[in-house]
Amino acid sequence: MGKSATTRDVHALFHSLRSAYAATANHLKIIDLYIFFAIATALIQVAYMAIVGSFPFNSFLSGVLSCVGTAVLAVSLRIQVNKDNKEFKDLPPERAFADFVLCNLVLHLVIMNFLG
Amino acid sequence: MAAQETSQSAIFRHAFGNVLSFTVLLLIGVMAFSIRLFSVIKYESVIHEFDPYFNYRVTQFLTKSGVYDFWNWFDDRTWYPLGRVIGGTVYPGLTLTAGTLWRILNSINIPLSVETVCVFTAPVFSAFASWATYLLTKEIKGAGAGLTAAALLAMVPSYISRSVAGSYDNEAVAIFALIFTFYLYIKTLNTGSLFYATLNAIAYFYMVCSWGGYTFIINLIPMHVLLCIVTGRYSPRLYIAYAPLVVLGTLLAALVPVVGFNAVMTSEHFASFLVFIIIHVVALVYYIKGILTPQMFKVAVTLVVSVGMVLCFAVLAVLIALVASSPTKGWSGRSLSLLDPTYASKYIPIIASVSEHQPPTWPSYFMDINVLAFLVPAGIIACFLPLSDASSFAVLYIVTSVYFSGVMVRLMLVLAPAACIMSGIALSEAFDVFTRSIKFHLVGTTQNPQENAGDATKVTQNDVKSEKSEDTVKERSSRKSKKKDKENIEKPSLVSRVEKRLLVLPLETSVMAVFLVVLLGAFYVVHCVWAAAEAYSAPSIVLTSRSHDGLHVFDDFREAYAWLSHNTEVDDKVASWWDYGYQTTAMANRTVIVDNNTWNNTHIATVGTALSSPEKAAWDIFNSLDVKYVLVVFGGLVGYPSDDINKFLWMVRIGGGVFPHIKEPDYLRDGQYRIDSQATPTMLNCLMYKLSYYRFVETDGRGYDKVRNTEIGKKHFKLNHFEEVFTTHHWMVRIYKLKSPRNRIRGKTKRSKSKSGTSKRSTRKKNPWQ
Repeated sequence: MGKSATTRDVHALFHSLRSAYAATANHLKIIDLYIFFAIATALIQVAYMAIVGSFPFNSFLSGVLSCVGTAVLAVSLRIQVNKDNKEFKDLPPERAFADFVLCNLVLHLVIMNFLG
Repeated sequence: MAAQETSQSAIFRHAFGNVLSFTVLLLIGVMAFSIRLFSVIKYESVIHEFDPYFNYRVTQFLTKSGVYDFWNWFDDRTWYPLGRVIGGTVYPGLTLTAGTLWRILNSINIPLSVETVCVFTAPVFSAFASWATYLLTKEIKGAGAGLTAAALLAMVPSYISRSVAGSYDNEAVAIFALIFTFYLYIKTLNTGSLFYATLNAIAYFYMVCSWGGYTFIINLIPMHVLLCIVTGRYSPRLYIAYAPLVVLGTLLAALVPVVGFNAVMTSEHFASFLVFIIIHVVALVYYIKGILTPQMFKVAVTLVVSVGMVLCFAVLAVLIALVASSPTKGWSGRSLSLLDPTYASKYIPIIASVSEHQPPTWPSYFMDINVLAFLVPAGIIACFLPLSDASSFAVLYIVTSVYFSGVMVRLMLVLAPAACIMSGIALSEAFDVFTRSIKFHLVGTTQNPQENAGDATKVTQNDVKSEKSEDTVKERSSRKSKKKDKENIEKPSLVSRVEKRLLVLPLETSVMAVFLVVLLGAFYVVHCVWAAAEAYSAPSIVLTSRSHDGLHVFDDFREAYAWLSHNTEVDDKVASWWDYGYQTTAMANRTVIVDNNTWNNTHIATVGTALSSPEKAAWDIFNSLDVKYVLVVFGGLVGYPSDDINKFLWMVRIGGGVFPHIKEPDYLRDGQYRIDSQATPTMLNCLMYKLSYYRFVETDGRGYDKVRNTEIGKKHFKLNHFEEVFTTHHWMVRIYKLKSPRNRIRGKTKRSKSKSGTSKRSTRKKNPWQ
């Protein structure tokens, strides 16, 4: 009895999540896809490390952290570009994107140096 | 028309305020630079103390050989025979900064020597640090508080003590990097701009390059983020301020060779990763809350809590098992001694023996931050009215730095900027109230509504009471008028109007209070200048003393190092206690056995054992290390208290920590450390005693030691295995040479003696050196 109520609630929850997410703007969904791709790459790298070993540890670190870093920066971009955020309504999206590119540049410069 | 006029006058006042604050900042920079020049004026432009000499030597190498050789430098003239990988064990920020400065100056044809650049790096960067304090406090409270805090930091004795001209040490640039990183963090938090987040990460990288104290930043910022989350102040700006910093910061920290993989593997960094995970969870929760209806959100919460808890516990268990498997739970010795102040004295005597690592006494707080000590509580109260993210950060900063300064006197330096910020805020708020009261009374009631509409709400009664002792600087009178104008313009935007209480004091009270505040400022300035001139400007390589026949200068250290560099071979090894290692390599250019880096406890313990052993055993130890010369510092003739005999018990303790045949009670008579006739035979026979007091009785006939205030115990003795080669003018540094072993052992008596010696030795197997 309780079990079916829980499963019903879970179904309702997922349904409402899906419908709410479908309502988000397209450019935000693209950013979300990019974030998902970055996290997936990071997980693949961790799995590879678990299989093969972490010998050039700096390479492993720079690989994983570059994925995590781009994901974090993409999340920041999404926060700044999202029209629902009152705090960022007078920030032009071009400026947000320029900051995103600059930060990524610094991140990848460091990654290139650390990759070994 | 009227509106245009008022907007024009507003623009004028704004411009005037800007110019005035720029001039004030320039003057503050000049003052910060000049107050640190006392030692150059009183003595000469020379590098002080011990550690700066190592940094100077590294900078010399950098300027001669270039960055790539410096990065890969393996130094074989120290820690003989082990050597030291300089590239991988030094924090390169300071040397790279000074090297860059030297390179730039030389390229524009200002031919300053490397030594001059090194000596004056610290005052220049302290000027930068006061400007950074202005920026930081401006973000927290406003421009008036910023100027006050900058003026206070320029003069605070605690910072002067580590950044005086000639003190070429890591803290000279690290404090600037610390304040600048905090400024950029608060700026990112206030504006939510990713650009400042990038700058923040780069400034953090500079801080990691400069000082081991960067762990303070990487633990304080996560603590603040956690505090914001817990008090319900989570916002997207917090995420942008923190998350990129963690990723970029960890990568940049791992780039510095000294830190390397410690950036991800030691416990000092775990807090940042933990809070990184927490902030992502919180961000996700807020996002889901935003897109779901309330009852759906409740369902989500119950589901997640039940599943998430299980996962969380599993991960936590793995983490705890990992951390608990290491004996120090993943913390380094130095960090552990900060968290548990008794740790060092129990387990690592080397850390415990450094005088800078002792807890401070109460008077040292008044000496080092003077008046700020009782302005800080007023500042904390002012930070709560109103509480913003930035002011909560300031409160957290002051609280943690007060704790750490109580553990180690050296960390009073980290307390200084926090105290200056808090005091600047307190003074600025107090001055605000007074000047507003004066203006209110003088201008009359017609313009009241406009001014009072912008009033902040403060509990001035408490502030007034705590204003017995405040500071200010001479610029205060001009800043008053600027602040009045600025406050009228900025107040409505800056302050939230929670209440509209009218806070105005009577005219006479305000005038009197302003006068008292200025007087207090005068006291602070006088103290700071006195502290800079008398207490903190001693180069400690040159000593002076005044007597009835004028000024005596004791230049014995440099005399000894010059003798060494002119009268010994380039490859000769010099043994001394580790304090003098850096100076010996830098000034005498000879290979040393141990130096101030103290990374190898066993090596230091070997030298300590040698100095605590009788002559023959010591000769054996030194011979096994290829030592040619032994250097001791002796202050008994002139009354110099920091000599090796006073440090000797530490040598015994450190040596005894590794070689158990050295026992501290053997050197003490009834628990007392003495060198007179009541001293123990072990003490009177050890190498340190003999090398310090050899021929000492010839100076005044009775061998009266002016530091220990007693006649020495053994007055007439010969040295069999060492010969004295040089003693400086005031007997402060004594250099001995190891005598080469005899070619053949003569006579039966000698053989039987050595035979009985060997039979005795074979039973006592504990001493590994025989």
